[in-house]
Amino acid sequence: MNFARIGSALALAAFVAAPFALPTAANAQANEQFIPSLSYRTGPFGPNGTPFADGFLDYFKMINARDGGINGVRITYEECETAYNTDRGVECYERLKAKGPTGATAIVPLSTGITYALIERTAQDKIPMLTSGYGRSDGSDGRVFPWMFTLPATYHSQMDAILQFVKSKEKGSLKGKKISFIYHDSAFGKEPLPVIQRLAKEEGFELSEFPVPNPGVEQKAIWLRIGRQIRPNYVIMWGWGVMNPTAIQEAAAVGFPRDKFIGVWWAGSEQDVTPPGDAAKGYMAANFHGTGKDYKFMRDIEATVIKAGQGTGEARHVGTVLYNRGAINAAMVVEAVRTAQERYGNKPMTGEQVRWGFENLNLSPQRLAAMGFEGFMPPLRTSCADHEGGGVVRIQQWDGKAWNWVSEWIEPNRAALRQGYEASSMQYAREKNITPRDCANQS
Amino acid sequence: MLYREAGQFKTSYSADQGIFPILQDRIGMAIILAVAFVAVPMVASDYFLSTIFIPFLVFSVAAIGLNILTGYCGQLSLGTGGFMACGAYAAYKFATAFPELNIVIVFLLSGGISAAVGVVFGVPSLRIKGFYLAVATLASQFFLIWLFTKVPWFVNYSPSGVISAPPRAVFGWYVTGIEATAEAKYLFCLTFVAVLALVAKNLVRGRIGRAWMAIRDMDIAAEIIGIRPLQTKLLAFAVSSFYCGVAGALWAFIYTSSVEALAFDINRSFQILFMIIIGGLGSILGAFLGAAFIVLLPIFLSAVPQAMGVPVTTSTLAHLEFMIFGGLIVFFLIVEPHGLARLWQLGKEKLRLWPFPH
Repeated sequence: MNFARIGSALALAAFVAAPFALPTAANAQANEQFIPSLSYRTGPFGPNGTPFADGFLDYFKMINARDGGINGVRITYEECETAYNTDRGVECYERLKAKGPTGATAIVPLSTGITYALIERTAQDKIPMLTSGYGRSDGSDGRVFPWMFTLPATYHSQMDAILQFVKSKEKGSLKGKKISFIYHDSAFGKEPLPVIQRLAKEEGFELSEFPVPNPGVEQKAIWLRIGRQIRPNYVIMWGWGVMNPTAIQEAAAVGFPRDKFIGVWWAGSEQDVTPPGDAAKGYMAANFHGTGKDYKFMRDIEATVIKAGQGTGEARHVGTVLYNRGAINAAMVVEAVRTAQERYGNKPMTGEQVRWGFENLNLSPQRLAAMGFEGFMPPLRTSCADHEGGGVVRIQQWDGKAWNWVSEWIEPNRAALRQGYEASSMQYAREKNITPRDCANQS
Repeated sequence: MLYREAGQFKTSYSADQGIFPILQDRIGMAIILAVAFVAVPMVASDYFLSTIFIPFLVFSVAAIGLNILTGYCGQLSLGTGGFMACGAYAAYKFATAFPELNIVIVFLLSGGISAAVGVVFGVPSLRIKGFYLAVATLASQFFLIWLFTKVPWFVNYSPSGVISAPPRAVFGWYVTGIEATAEAKYLFCLTFVAVLALVAKNLVRGRIGRAWMAIRDMDIAAEIIGIRPLQTKLLAFAVSSFYCGVAGALWAFIYTSSVEALAFDINRSFQILFMIIIGGLGSILGAFLGAAFIVLLPIFLSAVPQAMGVPVTTSTLAHLEFMIFGGLIVFFLIVEPHGLARLWQLGKEKLRLWPFPH
């Protein structure tokens, strides 16, 4: 064996050993709060995952730049690419969960599939999981899912609110009306089915369901049936990624009116309505926060992060729906940490302490004003039993250039939804041998 | 010098026909097993156990399964994902319907169900061959996934269509569910893999395996020397689907602990096909090497730059990973078209002569 070979063998050995030799020794005592970001900038859902991940990180950068962290505790973060792939998501979670002085603060998976895979892991590792506007709806029952937070609203709440909106448009009655429901054929798309099926019975409308296979580019046959045969009064869609612009284009192709077509809040971003162009005019979608840059915290992000050249992604994404949604997710994590600090002191919080923060989160109008969120989102308040926090839903419409509100904030009918959550969470508890917590004696 | 069989005399037929006729191989295997069973769970962190070793083991079982069918019996199949889903859902149904049933039995039963399904979908192999058969097996892939998303009975009427593993214990140790430690899951998985690999190795060395290989090499000739194609081919489908089914059950119960049918889509089938092509067709070792290559390399590639402190954004990293991974596949297939297992075999032969090659 000659020297060149020995050299290359050594280089290879160093290369192989590098990832194994990384454990975090340096920041053992640092005054830092580590927050992982499971993002997807590649793969079929990359165009949607990118602005979300940018907004998520930019908010932390803004908190660090403007306030010097959360009460003096600087936020650190690391991104890991999941490509919207469940097994890669699990790998990312395992890779990042123990980093930083106190481990991962909270997990924001941004994928219903990854959420399901992490439910047990997060409970075992004592890391709260924030599934804001996706994931398991019955996760709102904090007695069975202590580590899961669904604030501000679940798919069940959202479906209820959308149907309330449709009902108000149909002069207060859905009796005899026809509604078609198009959904991504996965855990994500199927989640609201129990609610729309129940309301179809209660309200007396005729429901037709159309599952769309992943990733959702084949919808011709579905839209021919909808546009030519069924001719429903409204179409509701649970779509994500490429499925959404495809649906809008197909709706235009069969002449289905776009102002009778409402998407889930994952089908209501600029990425969904820009490709179809004019065909998307009049299309509506749900949302739980404002769009645009006209909010105090957005001006702070612009001033301290974007103008300073520290923006994570392209500046054109700033202020778009998904960017703002990334920011609101980040803000909820930050506020949970802040709440936890009120009880445990201004130092890096552990997962367990942040969980307490999430459970006692009170985003009152005063608190929202202090965060710079005035007019961006309505107040929220969580409790031990209610991990959803009573968020509200609003419908927006695309006018060809921007999203405009076309409804007031709609309060989902939580009493009926709660029954559904509890029935489903109790079934889960039975299957998993979980004894629900008694919320009466939780501090 | 060290690796030489000179002086090792066999005095009985059974010694001559052992899996590892050379003493050094036996020692090597014992060391590998000792490391896998003792050292790894003691040394490796939770991260390595639950996201690197466990998926590697699960994929190895699936790759052995497909290798039996495609590598040994020559029947090209794209239905692996479907058979894995079959095992996963069967295991879920068994585990929830009979909570007292031992989880090992659940897994074996679910493998049996997959085997039965595999036989049904293997019937076209009697008439069609090669790429045409691959297309025919696509039917199983799409039909099974469609079935599991369509029929709510398979998921116990869970509205989301996601199955999640109930907690089960073996000898008092939880191997699934929230209380299971990564070590317990790993050891459980490893035991399954070790036993299944041993069974597969012995199957392919014996009469059955020789019949499979005869069919693979020339089915008409095989028929003339008295091998019945019907039984032989369907047996290959059954055994292969059994392995895939067990792999699917391990995936759903041990690895991700909750799964939706989408996890077993056509991409999974391709992934496992690539494993056996890169690892080596017709080799049990190849299944392991291929699984390691496909599962571990992407994770490794994405971890290297960060560990070395090179500042790259995650999206660049993801694209780099694709490029390097693709490049390596091309490189290995040019260097050795018969897969990594063949490379190992050549290495062994060189080692026998080393350091005096002439």
